Amino acid sequence: MSAGCGRIVVGLASCGISAGGEAVYEEFASLLVSHKAGEITLAKTGCLGNCHQEVVVEVETPTGRRTYGHVTPVGARRIFFEHLLAGRPVEEFAVDVEAALAGQKRIVLRNAGRIDPERLEDYLGCRGYEALRKAVTSMAPEEVRRVVSDSGLRGRGGAGFPTGRKWELAAAESGPRYVVCNADEGDPGAFMDRAVLEGDPHAVLEGLVIAGYAVGAERGFIYVRAEYPLAVRRLRLAVEQARSAGFLGASVCGSGWSFDVEVKTGAGAFVCGEETALLASVEGRRGMPRLRPPFPVRAGLWGRPTVVNNVETLANIPWILLEGAEAFAAVGTGSSKGTKVFALAGKVARPGLVEVPMGMTLREVVFGVGGGVAGGRGFKAVQLGGPSGGCLPEAALETPVDYESLKATGAMMGSGGMVVMDDRTCMVDVARFFMDFIRKESCGKCVFCRVGTTRMHETLERMTRGEAVMEDLAVLEALAERVRRGSLCGLGQTAPNPVLTTLRYFREEYEEHIRERRCRAKVCKALLTYRIVEGRCVGCTACARRCPAGCITGERGGVHRIRQEACVKCGICREVCRFDAVEVS
Amino acid sequence: MDEDITELLSRHRKGDVTALLQEVQERYGYLPAAVLERLAEASGLPLSEFYSVATFYSQFRLERPGRHRVQVCHGTACHINGAAPLTEALERELGVATGRTRPDGEVSLEAVACLGCCSLAPVVTVDGEVFGKMDREAVRRLVRRLGTGFG
Repeated sequence: MSAGCGRIVVGLASCGISAGGEAVYEEFASLLVSHKAGEITLAKTGCLGNCHQEVVVEVETPTGRRTYGHVTPVGARRIFFEHLLAGRPVEEFAVDVEAALAGQKRIVLRNAGRIDPERLEDYLGCRGYEALRKAVTSMAPEEVRRVVSDSGLRGRGGAGFPTGRKWELAAAESGPRYVVCNADEGDPGAFMDRAVLEGDPHAVLEGLVIAGYAVGAERGFIYVRAEYPLAVRRLRLAVEQARSAGFLGASVCGSGWSFDVEVKTGAGAFVCGEETALLASVEGRRGMPRLRPPFPVRAGLWGRPTVVNNVETLANIPWILLEGAEAFAAVGTGSSKGTKVFALAGKVARPGLVEVPMGMTLREVVFGVGGGVAGGRGFKAVQLGGPSGGCLPEAALETPVDYESLKATGAMMGSGGMVVMDDRTCMVDVARFFMDFIRKESCGKCVFCRVGTTRMHETLERMTRGEAVMEDLAVLEALAERVRRGSLCGLGQTAPNPVLTTLRYFREEYEEHIRERRCRAKVCKALLTYRIVEGRCVGCTACARRCPAGCITGERGGVHRIRQEACVKCGICREVCRFDAVEVS
Repeated sequence: MDEDITELLSRHRKGDVTALLQEVQERYGYLPAAVLERLAEASGLPLSEFYSVATFYSQFRLERPGRHRVQVCHGTACHINGAAPLTEALERELGVATGRTRPDGEVSLEAVACLGCCSLAPVVTVDGEVFGKMDREAVRRLVRRLGTGFG
């Protein structure tokens, strides 16, 4: 390579795009044209995982490779002229990805951020579809199933059921059989599957086709939630590309075995992440769960044996077939093999995706890989597993990340959402938030779920308004137990978890809300009072002008006062005051 | 409309009501009652089946939406990063309550569960375009930038 040649890669998954990635991409594109820089290639990629540094651009030249963060179109011009043309990397925009990548082991995310997800050639260049070819041309289906069983892979959607065993159960039933990829990632705060679907769709597809071969199916479905339009688009494109290349169709890889895939989208229902509800939705009906047994492996789609696997589970399959079951089993702990992808979000310094070996402690994930709490504030809790999971305090940070250890704390691994909370988060409000979400998403079939979650939510609402009594805690706990036992599906059965874990680890906050009508995190508005501090107010009238309730009185130059009875606790006065004269208690 | 309906039905599995409704909404922006009635007649499925599915999934709209759609994400990460005060600010700036369409038909405001862009919390979308790291000031700027149809 000579000077003036190189490669530019711009991160263009959902995070990158919403951070302005397309404008950066366009800037590079037009510079390449106007400067006739034919020796420089421009490509797009999915999410590398360091979402907090978007827009991320990777530049490789003869002098070396640099990763740039927070790139804007203006920054792009500098990078183009200084680094690409003049060979001088722009150190001020350069970011260090090594710190975050150290400690990670990227199996599922092996290609994310490295390939253009819309080019099959890129995937093929990373041993793409080699595993599928190996399976259908040189291995018997039972061999494939055995390799997966030996690897120890367990379902990554949250329940952790051994994948090989699920495939054996379905294969033992008579056909026709189906395989389905559950891409309905509905947990608020979770975006692991989205990144894989947008950044490496062929990995998921290849895993699904291998599953189809191993189980003896002829059709596969990928059910994607409607809220992920980019993922839907890239998956549909990947399916077309795979078909053209002979990885799907009448004779997969020329083996004579026929298999094809259909991409179906959801229409906005959290409960459709539950496998029986998902299958009902694939059939085009209301997504209501049904009683199990019979489990889908015996009677699923249209009554036929059906394997439902999560996106992350399937993305592991090609790697396991190429590297071997032992290599996978060498990572992780005794009962939890391999890695887990987590979506670190909330008040964490480096929000984004991380993939770590099972067995790493929560502390290492949050403070090591994640960089700790944002803004240097105090750590309060980490929420795992979405609405089915729980909130864990500092004392639980030594817990290793594996299925059994996490279950013992009262939380659960879940799908991988990991939301970090600091001292400005109110745990009662968090419980209320999850209960509000769950009661809206309940399908309504079971009385205890439908009515119980509503009553629990009402109780929590009253606590956040300072209208509760101590007996309400006992009512909450009793209801929680009843909802858990009286629900036929995972949504209802795990709905009480956020309440139960916050009661277990943060009971004092509940008691403070009830007995003292106090919210220590200053979140529950009804319990707050905004007051102007006499000694600091200079009478600039900024607050009075911006107050939406018109409840601040005062003359210019004189101390202002908030009329409490009209105050709506919006907090705008505190935000606009430049003299720090508004206090909240 | 009749040929379109026949053609639509021929492209989907029998009983796949969800897929039919998704296409209708893609075309009209919502599910007009007249279209649902024609679908029921032509398919032989009861009209109640169509309403049953339409009212189960949150994405289906039975009423015409505003010309512009604004969504505020209320996922966990967005919630703890201030989705609630952000929603209030939007209600004020746009002059419409959450879940409603403004009387002039220009804009609808919705609260949605989780868009999966958690590292950009809190997130607002306008006609599908994602805006991250929003705060009240950014909301004001955004509404102004979007023009007279909005403010």
